Amino acid sequence: MGASITVEYVKKALPSGLIKWSSIGLIVGLALVIFSATMDMQRLAFSSLLGYMFVMSIAMGALFFIALDHITGSIWSTPFRRIAEILTNAIWLAPIMAAPILYNIFLEMGGHGMFDMYHWTHDAVVAADPFLSQKAPYLNESSFIFRTVLIWVLMIIFKFILVGNSYKQDKTFNHKTNKVNAAFSAIFMAVFAVSITLTAIDFMMSLEPHWFSTIFGIYYFAGTFACIVAMITLIAVNFNEKGLMIEGINKDHYYSLGGWMFAFTTFWMYIAFSQFMLIWYANIPEETFWYMPRMEGTWAYLSIALIFIKFLVPFGLSIQRPSKTNPKRLKLVAMWIIGAHIYDIWWVSYPTYSHLKETHSPFFGWQELGFVLFAISAVFFVFAIAAKNKNIVPIGDAKMERAINFHL
Amino acid sequence: MIKENLYAISALFDTPDSIMKAADNISTEYKRFDVNTPYPVHGMDDAMKLTPSRIGYFTISIGLFCMSFMLYFMYWSNSVDYPQVIGGKPFFAFPAYVPIMFEITILTGAVLSVAMMISVLFKFPNNAHPLHDSGYMKAVSSDKYGIYVEAKDSNFDYSKLEKQFKELGASSVSPIYYDEEEVDWKPNTWDPKFVIGTIGIAILTSFSVYMHMNKVLFMVPFDWMMNQERADYGETSEFFADGYSMRVAPVGTIARGFIPYQYDSPDSASKYMTNPTVASEHNLELGQRKFLTYCSPCHGNMAEGASRLKGNMPPGPDLRTEFYQNFTDGRFYHTITKGKGIMAGYESQITREERWAIINYIRTLQKAFGTPVVKTEEEIAENSETKTEASE
Ligand code: HEC
Repeated sequence: MGASITVEYVKKALPSGLIKWSSIGLIVGLALVIFSATMDMQRLAFSSLLGYMFVMSIAMGALFFIALDHITGSIWSTPFRRIAEILTNAIWLAPIMAAPILYNIFLEMGGHGMFDMYHWTHDAVVAADPFLSQKAPYLNESSFIFRTVLIWVLMIIFKFILVGNSYKQDKTFNHKTNKVNAAFSAIFMAVFAVSITLTAIDFMMSLEPHWFSTIFGIYYFAGTFACIVAMITLIAVNFNEKGLMIEGINKDHYYSLGGWMFAFTTFWMYIAFSQFMLIWYANIPEETFWYMPRMEGTWAYLSIALIFIKFLVPFGLSIQRPSKTNPKRLKLVAMWIIGAHIYDIWWVSYPTYSHLKETHSPFFGWQELGFVLFAISAVFFVFAIAAKNKNIVPIGDAKMERAINFHL
Repeated sequence: MIKENLYAISALFDTPDSIMKAADNISTEYKRFDVNTPYPVHGMDDAMKLTPSRIGYFTISIGLFCMSFMLYFMYWSNSVDYPQVIGGKPFFAFPAYVPIMFEITILTGAVLSVAMMISVLFKFPNNAHPLHDSGYMKAVSSDKYGIYVEAKDSNFDYSKLEKQFKELGASSVSPIYYDEEEVDWKPNTWDPKFVIGTIGIAILTSFSVYMHMNKVLFMVPFDWMMNQERADYGETSEFFADGYSMRVAPVGTIARGFIPYQYDSPDSASKYMTNPTVASEHNLELGQRKFLTYCSPCHGNMAEGASRLKGNMPPGPDLRTEFYQNFTDGRFYHTITKGKGIMAGYESQITREERWAIINYIRTLQKAFGTPVVKTEEEIAENSETKTEASE
């Protein structure tokens, strides 16, 4: 079966700037993180939440992108799949990012937490609160850690299967691999749906353990997918301009990437608004209290800013057809969306921090910037290391030949 | 065949590749041409050198226009014309409007774009095209790939194009002619068939809407909206201990911004209350409207005491007599609010402002039709003194 080389591809060295700038960012970021750890562990844990949710977005989102490519047999996305495959290495960063949070939860198990973050970790509070004691079978320290680690393990397993097979295919050119991967992708989809929902619920929603929103997992997923497509677009467009991708990437490929970013920007707004409107309409105190602090004082402006940052600006920047094929615009929108995703995570999690500090004003300082810089550079750094000896496109894939001739 | 009747020259190709090549080639020289394929061929836009369509701008403009109109309409109906508190939300409940605005944008954008295509581009009610009924159309809607160049194109030359198509590998080349009646066809909106058809559709739609709203909705099993498992007013309730399904507000409940009426006798009302409104034109109009609605059945249209109740009830007295001219506004107010004898109180039906307006209106009727009452200077002075005391 089809064991023949069908596409011409020459592996070129990665741009030197990638490794240089990502390591500089990594060192600066790490220094800031260590410095903030010596000052205030609680603040560090909250800022690490930004890093962790971002890294999980990249790692899980990349796997989702890969699975989507396999399961739908889509043509246009195949040349970019390898970038996603290399990005799945971000999963190795997850334990580092989550370390401050998990360490504290681990200590809470013995009742000696260093600082206050998740309300439900305090046994006395839980015992006195009928809601929390009802939720305790799910929301307790050991099951939290168990779930988190289990999700990492599952992601790593699927990374080895899906990505490993694809690497092997570069040499074997075995077309059957596509079928095998499609089958595993189908299983992965179910695992993914549960994993990403639980990640969002555990790390972000349980900051306010009384609050619940059934759409919350999808809310995080919408941001996640926009973020991963933006990441892939950013890398792919840069690489393509430097000639690192394969010959044949044309504006129709760009259009598809731009289309996804546009679509998920809109989808996020749809979900975010649905969540808000239903809670606003039903007007039940146990749901509305989550939005109340976000609609008061400075937070009110930041919430309005969220609509602009996460929706209106990228929407306006990419609604026109030519803007989805213009490389400059694509890079701009991609960077914007990545930033917006982190802003969104901050907007979801930081009001709790303000609440713990008994103030209404928001917190955003060098601690947060440091951690975000650390997380983003780490992702790029890991990408650069992993991409060193790998082809940037899956040349062995059965769909590659059609993929580079892709036209809308 | 006469030359004027030629619409286009068409060519059929057997493979998608050859049609791409042909489109690429033809588009360099000709403007008025089109390609027809059985399915969308990827990359055809580029081969035909089509510029990005501008229909999106039309769609978004019309969508946003209708959205703004809808927003205004919701604002007007919910907070201007018929303000009503629903679920404790503000009159202008923006979040609740967003889904409607969203749907309206999409609906009108899509529907009106198609409507514009049909009416402007296809010149509705025209529904004919020279390509219809041609062998060419039959071929391209099954398994062939077709291209045609219109005779209107400035570079059109039949024999040259024929040669060109043959060289590109066309499996057949053929001319397409207008039908005789199509040549001089002018759109005629008053075409009887069209008019009758439109009226027919209108009647059918109205009929079916009427049937739905008035009959079907009340028939089993479509009446699930009408007959619900809920307590209606006046029904006995098994749930509440007192057996009433209609609940009363707890004793002492006062609506926000509302001060309850506090006088229990006409005298105290007369002593302590002054008319806070001015008998402006607007105010009198309101008073007239409310008087005709609520008071005229018993007191007559001109407050002359001519009841329309045909003896089922004793008529109200003539309110223009000297006796009533001497009533203070406060006393009138008390009567309207609490009623008198057989006349019921209107506290729950007529707002305060309206009650005062009615009084102003009755005063006007008294001035116009009643016997004039001459008051001495002292009486007037005395009257106003008491009022000032009361208001302090
Ligand atoms: C159901 C018929 C009816 C309606 C409607 C009605 N009235 Fe009367 N009204 C009467 C009757 C009967 C009397 C005489 C009551 C009595 O003296 O016992 C009366 C008496 C009065 C009096 C004299 C009260 C007094 O203290 O002597 C006034 C003033 C009056 N109505 C005003 C109005 C106004 C203003 C309206 C409209 C808001 C109105 N009425 C609507 C039947 C009606």
